[in-house]
Amino acid sequence: MKPWLVNGEALRRCVSAWLVLCVLALAGCATGPHANPKDPIEPFNRGVQRFNDGVDEAVLKPVATAYREVVPDLVRTGVSNFFSNLRDLWSSVNAALQLRPQEAVENFMRFSVNTFWGIGGLLDIATEMRIERTTLDFGQTLGRWGVPSGPYLVLPFMGPSTVRDAVAMGVETSGDLLSGMDHIPSRNSLYALRVVEARANLLRAGSLLDQAALDKYSFTRDAYLQRRESQIRALTGKEDEEDEE
Amino acid sequence: MKRREFALHLTALLGVGALGVAHASDEAPDAMVKRISTEVLDAVKADAAIQAGDVGRITALVDSKIMPNVNFSRMTASAVGRFWRQATPEQQKRLQDEFKTLLVRTYSGALGEVKEHTLSFKPLRAKPEDTEVVVRSEVRGRGEPIQLDYRLEKTAGGWKIYDLNVLGVWLVETYRSQFAQEINTKGLDGLIASLAQRNKANGKS
Repeated sequence: MKPWLVNGEALRRCVSAWLVLCVLALAGCATGPHANPKDPIEPFNRGVQRFNDGVDEAVLKPVATAYREVVPDLVRTGVSNFFSNLRDLWSSVNAALQLRPQEAVENFMRFSVNTFWGIGGLLDIATEMRIERTTLDFGQTLGRWGVPSGPYLVLPFMGPSTVRDAVAMGVETSGDLLSGMDHIPSRNSLYALRVVEARANLLRAGSLLDQAALDKYSFTRDAYLQRRESQIRALTGKEDEEDEE
Repeated sequence: MKRREFALHLTALLGVGALGVAHASDEAPDAMVKRISTEVLDAVKADAAIQAGDVGRITALVDSKIMPNVNFSRMTASAVGRFWRQATPEQQKRLQDEFKTLLVRTYSGALGEVKEHTLSFKPLRAKPEDTEVVVRSEVRGRGEPIQLDYRLEKTAGGWKIYDLNVLGVWLVETYRSQFAQEINTKGLDGLIASLAQRNKANGKS
């Protein structure tokens, strides 16, 4: 399985999206003495963030809250396990791409054990067996190999990202096992369920953000960029450099 | 003979006593963090009111167990940045108070959710003469381990925490840009007002 080989359709979509973004970005460039060097298109990003927040308040948050309150814990755990299991396989591929055999093997074992003995991933037997999970995505793989993150970029619906991670997302979709499903209505339902489930997991973090931040946009941006940098530093083995203030 | 024995006993006693005192302020930074974290976690797990989300009790716990080991003025000064020197002592005190209220109220909510979590500490990578160290730990519950790191400095009263890192995000650095943004648009007093407003809003929820 080689999801990282170029998928023609995805590549074309990526490039055209990127061109559109470039045009919009030029219109939304940040200027002035307080412009953040990591966020050169801040006005544009703030606009997208406002849009995302609007969609979130109107649709996603209520649905996720209802999901959390109505659906029984056991079912929600099963759903969470199912999607995490799919993620584990992709993490395994990324671990291999980053030349990390231990994580590659561990994640693959998690996927195998949970898929075959965990009823297609609904049960998380691998965690009971204490097999470590290391979540890795393609953006981290690119970062590990030295691709710089590029400016901060807020994606419509997807939220905080960087230029590198946004491009990586094109590859991510081809590595997504769900995209290979033939039955379209079921596939779309699973997409929707995954989004709702992910949002439900972040409800607590969302309310923390509301309380902790003076400006939600910059707090989200700075926390996201720091976290991303810290993850990639760990992957390239440069953890010690960070200690110098 | 007796006097010499007595003197000997006294010296020995003082020596042991001095050793005991010296030991307390010579506690290694990672040992200190480990001790305090374990105490706090144990207190949380044993207290049903805290687990139910009682902010008052959580604040009391944080004040009694955690704050004595935090150099909060350095934290605040660091977050305010170069404007700290321009602030009057009264402004500095207000900034410190509001910042502390914000942090305690916001993040102590997370403390209340600790149930089966365990802490594991990584070996300390510091030279014996270092006065500033980073202590790395992990919180393990269900799911992936959460990175939790501390920056400590050596003071006369022992090691004190002056920065905290959760999931790769350093607290002071994040608030530095938050504060800078407020100061740039509204000035120091504007920042104090924003913090006070945020605290009031949080207090109501």
